[in-house]
Amino acid sequence: MDDVSMTDPHTSTQPSPPSPGGPSRRSVVGWVLAAPTLLVAARIGLDGAHARPAAAAPQATRTGALAPPLPKVPQFYDAYETQQFFTVAFAPTNHLITVSIDREGTAHLALPRAEVGQGITTTTAMIVAEELDLPLSRVKVTLADARPELLFNQWTGASSSTHTLYKPLRTAAATARAQLKQAAARTWGLDAHELRTADGAVLAPDGRRLDYAELTTAAASVTARAVRVELKDPSTFTTIGRAQRRIDALAAVTGRKVYAMDLKVPGALPTMVCRPPTLKGTVQSVANTAAVKRMPGVVDVAVISTGVAVCAHTFGQCIDAVRALRVDWGPGTIDGWDNAKVAKDLAAAERPLPPATPGVDVLDETFLFHFRGGSALETNCAVADVRPEAADVWSGLQTPIVVAQEVAKRFGLPLDKVKVHVVEAGGSFGRKFYFDAALEAAEASAAFQRPVRLMWHRTDDIRHGRVHPMARSRVRISVAEGRVTAYEQQHTAVATDPSPALGEMYSASVMSQRPLRVFEGIFQMWTTVPYNYGQATQFLGEIYEYDTFASSTVRNVWTPDVVTARELMTDQIAAKLGADPVDYRRHVIIEDRLRAVLDACAQAGRWGRKMAANTAQGIAVHTEYKSYVACLVELDNRPATVHRKVRDAYTGPRVTKVVIALDVGLPINPRGLQAQMMGGAMDGIAQALTAGVHFRDGLPLEGSWDDYRYTRQWNTPFEVEVLVLPATGEVPGGAGEFGVGVTQAAVACAWARATGTMPTEFPLNANAPLGFTPKPTVPPIPPAPTDGLRHRR
Amino acid sequence: VPKRTFILNGEPVAVDVEDDVRLLWVLRDVLGVTGPKYGCGIRVCRACTSHLNGKAFNPCAVKVGDLKPADRVTTIEGLADTVGRELHPMQEAWLDQDVAQCGYCQPGQIMAAVALVNEVRAQGRLITDDDLDGIRNICRCGTYSRIRDAVRQGAKHM
Repeated sequence: MDDVSMTDPHTSTQPSPPSPGGPSRRSVVGWVLAAPTLLVAARIGLDGAHARPAAAAPQATRTGALAPPLPKVPQFYDAYETQQFFTVAFAPTNHLITVSIDREGTAHLALPRAEVGQGITTTTAMIVAEELDLPLSRVKVTLADARPELLFNQWTGASSSTHTLYKPLRTAAATARAQLKQAAARTWGLDAHELRTADGAVLAPDGRRLDYAELTTAAASVTARAVRVELKDPSTFTTIGRAQRRIDALAAVTGRKVYAMDLKVPGALPTMVCRPPTLKGTVQSVANTAAVKRMPGVVDVAVISTGVAVCAHTFGQCIDAVRALRVDWGPGTIDGWDNAKVAKDLAAAERPLPPATPGVDVLDETFLFHFRGGSALETNCAVADVRPEAADVWSGLQTPIVVAQEVAKRFGLPLDKVKVHVVEAGGSFGRKFYFDAALEAAEASAAFQRPVRLMWHRTDDIRHGRVHPMARSRVRISVAEGRVTAYEQQHTAVATDPSPALGEMYSASVMSQRPLRVFEGIFQMWTTVPYNYGQATQFLGEIYEYDTFASSTVRNVWTPDVVTARELMTDQIAAKLGADPVDYRRHVIIEDRLRAVLDACAQAGRWGRKMAANTAQGIAVHTEYKSYVACLVELDNRPATVHRKVRDAYTGPRVTKVVIALDVGLPINPRGLQAQMMGGAMDGIAQALTAGVHFRDGLPLEGSWDDYRYTRQWNTPFEVEVLVLPATGEVPGGAGEFGVGVTQAAVACAWARATGTMPTEFPLNANAPLGFTPKPTVPPIPPAPTDGLRHRR
Repeated sequence: VPKRTFILNGEPVAVDVEDDVRLLWVLRDVLGVTGPKYGCGIRVCRACTSHLNGKAFNPCAVKVGDLKPADRVTTIEGLADTVGRELHPMQEAWLDQDVAQCGYCQPGQIMAAVALVNEVRAQGRLITDDDLDGIRNICRCGTYSRIRDAVRQGAKHM
C-alpha cells in the first residue's frame, strides 16, 4: 500500500499518479478518512466503467439450410447502454460512500440505495465482507438518509445498484483491509506484505492473530489521505459467488422487520386521504367536515392538494371517516376516458414507417399492451413531521434526495433542515421511484401541525396509484433471400412520468422544456435487437403530458413489451424460414453469451420434447443491464385447465414450468439472483396472461387484489428452475428487472404455439368479461368487512 | 369507551377502544403489534393473517367487540411460543428456502401455511398441489414457488 496523496477527497479531483512500475490490473486508489476508528471510501472516478465487448461473429449452427444472417448495423445501445450511463452519472461521488470498522470489529455501510425486496443489502454486505475478509455476520448494512451531496448517486433503479456499487465498495473495503494490515504490521514490527487477513483478523506468518476489533483505532487516520491498494484476486473469493440467504430473512419471518408504518414515531397519528371519483379530480368543497370531526377516534380533517386528509387514533377510524366525508369534486385529467379511447389515441399518434424496400417479403404486426398496476403489497405510505423550522420524512424511497428537495421547496425550509429517512420497503417494482405519499404526508403534517403516519387504502393504491402506461408496438420485418434485412419497431406509449425518477440526473431546465422527449431519447440506450437483423431501428413515441395519467415504471419501462413483440415476431420469421425457434435464434444471435444462455436453457428445459395437444413450450432471449437471459416455459391451454373454478379469481391458461438461464457476468449471490428471476417470472406470467387495468369513466375499475389479477398460487408454475451460469466476467451486470420481459415473451410464444394463433393484445384476458363487480367510486374505499370469524380455517 | 379483553400471544390484554374497530388496528395502532400487515383491509390479500384459537383468520375483518375474553389471538410474534421453540418449524422452512424478498406478506403467509398444514393433517392426508393452489395470500414479489417448497418442508417438521 502506498500513500498517493495527502489531500482531502472532498476538495481533490484526482490522486497523484501511481508509483513507478505502474499499477496492476487490481490496483485501485482508496481514501482513508479522518475518524476515531477506521473509515474508508473509494476514490473518485469511473471505477465501474467498462467497455462493451465487441460483437462476436455468429458460429456454425445446426441450421445449415438457413442463409447466413445479415450482420446488424450497430444501434445506439450497442455503443452506450444504461449501465454505462448510470456508472458515469454516479461516479463523481463514489468517494462519499464510506465503510467504517467499529471497536467490535464490525464493518458498517450506510447504503445510499433503497432496499425494496431486491436484496441489495445482502449483495452489498457480501461485497464488503469478501474484500474485507470478514464473516458476513460482521457486516451491517443500513439505508442512508437522503444525502444531497451524493448528487445522482442515491438513486435506485434500472437494475443498476450492484453494477455501479461493486467496484467502489470493493475499493473502500480493500482500503480498510490494507489499513488494518498496516496497523498490525506496526504493532508486530513486521512488513505488511508478510501479513494476510482472514475471518476478520490479520494473521502473521508465525500464527499470531489480531482481530480487526483490536486494530481499528490504530488503523484510523487523523487526516484524509489517498492510498493505492490491491483488490483481491477473484479466484480467491469465498463469499462472492456463493449462494447466501438474505441477511434480513430472520427479521422477515418473525415479523420483526420494520417498514414505514411499523415505525414508532412519537405522536404520529394514522392518516388517510379521501380521494376523487376520477383521476386527479380536485376538492371543490366539503359538506360535513364538522360532523366527521366528531366521529369516534377522529382527530382532524383538512383539505390537501390531492383530497381530504383525515387523522384519527386508528386507521380503522380513518377508513370510516373517509367513507363518511361528503365532498364536491371538480374534474380531473381523464374524466370520461377508458382503455379504448387511449388505444385509439395511440394508434392515431403512431409515427409512420418509411416505405418498405420493394421486392422484399414483409412481416408487419402491431401489438397492444394494456395498462398494468404498479402497486406493491405495502401501499403508498410515509411518516412525516413538518415543523416551522425543520422537517423529517420516513418512507421507502428510491429517490430520497428529490424528496428532500421537494419538501424543502414546498415548505420554505433550508435543505439541511429536511431529513429524509429511507425505510426498507414492502416491495416497489418502480412504484417507490415516485413519492406521492411522502409529499402528502408532509402536507397533512403541516395542515394538522403534528406528525402523521399517512397510508393509502388498497383501493386507492390501485385506482389512484401509478400504472404502467398502455403501449402499442408495431414491428415490421423485411426478409429477402432467406434472411432478415431490416427490423423496424415503432413503440408508441402513454408518457411515463420521468420527473422524479430522473429528476436528479437531468437539469430542471431540460425537464421543463420538453419532459416527454427525455424518455424518447433514453429509450435509445435502453433497447436493442440482439439478432443479426441487418438494419435494426427502434423508436419510442409518447403521447399525452407526462402527468395526464399517474404513470410509472413497473419493473422496467418498455422492455417487457418491446421484447414480447420482438420475440413473437422472431418465432414468425423462424416459421417462415422453416426453422425451429431455438435453432433459428442460435443462428441469428449476435453475442456468444446470449447463445450460451439459450443453449443452457433449451437443454435444461428439454426444448422440443413432445407435448400434449393444447400445451406447448415457448422460448425467448433477452440482453440488457450487461446481462444475458433465456427463458423457456411450458403452458397448459387445455379446457380443463383454462376453465378451472376458483372463486373471485381468473384462472385461464396455466404456465406449468419455467426454466431460466442467465449470465450476469459475475454473480454475487446466486440465490438472490434466482429469487429475482423467480419473481420476475411471476410478473411476466401475469402481464402476459392476466394482469391488466381497465380504465372506465376516468378511473380504473379494479379496486382490490381479487380484481387486479397479479399471479396467485393458482397461476403459479409447478416447476421453476433458474440456472445461474458461472462467472463470465469480472463485473456484475444487473438483474432486478431482468426476469420480467423474457418470461412475458416466452409465455406469449408458448400460447401462440399451443393455439396456433399469435396473440397481439396483452394481457390475454384484456377483453374477457371482467369477472368482478367494480367497487363504487363514491365513497372511494370499501367498508371493512365484519365476517372474519366466520371464515376462520 | 368499553374495555375489551382477550388473550394475545399467551398474555391477557385489555384495550380501551370502540367495539367496532377492526382487530388489525387494535393490534397495530393501539397495542403496537406490527407483525400482521395491512395489505387491503377487506380480507383479500391476507397479509394480516393470524390465528384465533388456533385457526387462521384475518383481523382486518373482525370487530374487536366480537372477541371474547377467553379468545386466543396469535400473531407471527407469538407463533414460535406455540411450539415452545425459538422458531416454529414453518419459520425454519421459510429461512431454509430463503422465501422472503421484501418480506411484507411473509408473516401472513407463514400463519396461513401453519393453519393449512394443521387443517390438512386433521383430514389425515398430505399437502397436495390443490391445497397449495388454494392459498389466497398475495405475494407481489412473486415468491410463490419457494412458498410451495417451504410449506411442504415445514409440514414435515410440524
